[in-house]
Amino acid sequence: MDNAKNNQIVQLRNVVKRFDSVVAVEKMDLDIEEGSLVTLLGPSGCGKTTILRMIAGLEDCTEGDIYIKGKRVNDVPVHKRNLGMIFQDYALFPHKTIYDNVAFGLKYRNVSKAEIRKRVTRALETVRLPGVEHRKPAQLSGGQQQRIALARAIVIEPDVLLMDEPLSALDENLREEMRQEVDNLQSELGITTIFVTHDQREALSMSDTIIVMKDGLKQQEGGPEEVYDAPVNHFVADFLGHCNFYRCRITGREKGLTTVEVEGGQTLYSEHDEGWEVGEELELLVRAQKIVIESRTEEIPGVSLNIFPGKVKSRMYMGGEAWYFVEMEDGTVIHAINISRVAPFHEGDEVTLHIPPRHCRLIPKD
Amino acid sequence: MLKIKGWSLIRFYTILVYIWMFAPIAVVIILSFNPQQFGTFPMEGFSFKWYGDLFHNRTIIMAFKNSMILGSLTAILTTAIGIPAAMAFIRYEFPGKNTLNTLLLAPIMIPEVVLGVSLLLFLRWLQQPKSFLLLLIGHCVLTLPYVLLVVQARLVSIKRSYEEASLTLGAGPFQTFKEVTLPLLTPAIMAGMLFSFSISFDDVTATLFWATAQSQTVPVKIFAMLRNNISPEINALGAVMIVLTISIPLLAGYLARRFSRRLE
Ligand SMILES: Nc1ncnc2c1ncn2[C@@H]1O[C@H](COP(=O)(O)OP(=O)(O)OP(=O)(O)O)[C@@H](O)[C@H]1O
Ligand SMILES: [Mg+2]
Repeated sequence: MDNAKNNQIVQLRNVVKRFDSVVAVEKMDLDIEEGSLVTLLGPSGCGKTTILRMIAGLEDCTEGDIYIKGKRVNDVPVHKRNLGMIFQDYALFPHKTIYDNVAFGLKYRNVSKAEIRKRVTRALETVRLPGVEHRKPAQLSGGQQQRIALARAIVIEPDVLLMDEPLSALDENLREEMRQEVDNLQSELGITTIFVTHDQREALSMSDTIIVMKDGLKQQEGGPEEVYDAPVNHFVADFLGHCNFYRCRITGREKGLTTVEVEGGQTLYSEHDEGWEVGEELELLVRAQKIVIESRTEEIPGVSLNIFPGKVKSRMYMGGEAWYFVEMEDGTVIHAINISRVAPFHEGDEVTLHIPPRHCRLIPKD
Repeated sequence: MLKIKGWSLIRFYTILVYIWMFAPIAVVIILSFNPQQFGTFPMEGFSFKWYGDLFHNRTIIMAFKNSMILGSLTAILTTAIGIPAAMAFIRYEFPGKNTLNTLLLAPIMIPEVVLGVSLLLFLRWLQQPKSFLLLLIGHCVLTLPYVLLVVQARLVSIKRSYEEASLTLGAGPFQTFKEVTLPLLTPAIMAGMLFSFSISFDDVTATLFWATAQSQTVPVKIFAMLRNNISPEINALGAVMIVLTISIPLLAGYLARRFSRRLE
């Protein structure tokens, strides 16, 4: 294939998947670099699983081509693709021992008995579960089963590891632990991994690249910082975390900053500039975590722009952080998240909000 | 107080029903040990006479052999047909799937008399004589629906992801079936074979139409014997049948449980 760049291990070109009348995936182009961890992120039903299953060969594409290591694989059956897949429910064979489960893929790969033994033992050590060879999957906990599923997939040294929401069945703490473990393992082994999740924190913390999807369409592709800090549209911004959105209009440029007028008539300064014309209607977004909140009497040092008085309308205590809903003078309510201050604000407190121009992003009107 | 009275009434009633159901069976078994030609109570003595006669009655032994062979072959054939059919219905899409499935399950609904006559007429139309093969085919038609139902039900509950995991690990479709699907299906296959065998072993109505003099089965033979005279041999035969039809399912159930425990 001519457009096979040397280190693109999986490529999708114009891939479409329809189930009868339902369009699950729409014109998808994807390039996945060797050794990277790429996350498909999006809400339920956006087509993440379908893409993964098409790469694995468990589902045909309606249109378009899939390339693995530069070779078109549309007509290569699943069992000849050499991919490791981890299912949401682990899918360990219930009638086989852990040893036989992990050794399963090696049986079809011309590996000698002795070599199989060696590699299974090594795989079990890699996932930190040696000594469970003779047990049945039902005799392991959820987290342990997850590790075995991982061992079974990596022992065959797949070209790509495909994981479909592998952590969603685990409870919160275990999930965090397993997330780190998958992340470490992936960077240790350098296995190209495509990871499906609808959990933005999972995606942000482990990915090299995040692909945000909605209704079968790719919305944005980029590193975690990029999709978080510079979302291209309302959906991506909203999906990756708590945001404040305001209709606005470009009014000009001042001190190297873009000035906009928001609905209520106030003017804000933004560092974001993509050469918009004056008068253009856009949407201003500010992440709740980026808003600085101070009591009215305190000065916010070194800041002269984007300062607004407000009044705390309500507060939610969330453990590690506090959420404030602050009512501005024009009646609009701003959502600000604050990592626990020593003295929290209360309902009715007069406060000052500072919205740093650096964190004022402008996106197309929804 | 009233409540307790109600319950004891129900208990009394239940006991009556059980007596009604099991007394005839008990009588048959007891009378099979009665040395007299005409059984009356109280019994005078105890003997295995009728069992001895049974073993020396060539036609009965023959019928027994027929029934065993027929039942076993039916069980093997229907599972051999039923497993791939169930796989096709549950795992694949093809045109006319629902119609075909309904058609295969139809023999459960159609009265056996109708089945018996129609297969005979079909044979007449083909200008073939009655034979053991006809009987075998007939019994397969009768029992296939049960095998299909049992295997399909189990197949529905086996998650696709097991098979998909096997495929992604490099096992082809056939190896996947052999290594993953088939072992997980085993309890259902055993149950299906058992159903098939016991339905075939028990069947009278349709078999009456299909059996030849050489291919009589035990129930048909009993039916014939009853028409001539009531010999106490029938009691002995009945007792043997009872023991067999109860112990085979129990044994199979036990084996299936042992097996599925090993699977987990
Ligand atoms: N086998 C199928 N038949 C018909 N429609 C399907 C099938 N599989 C998926 N779909 C549809 O395709 C769309 C995408 O489904 P998909 O499973 O890829 O979503 P997802 O992003 O993985 O969602 P989730 O987060 O809930 O797992 C959905 O609208 C779904 O209803
Ligand atoms: Mg999914």
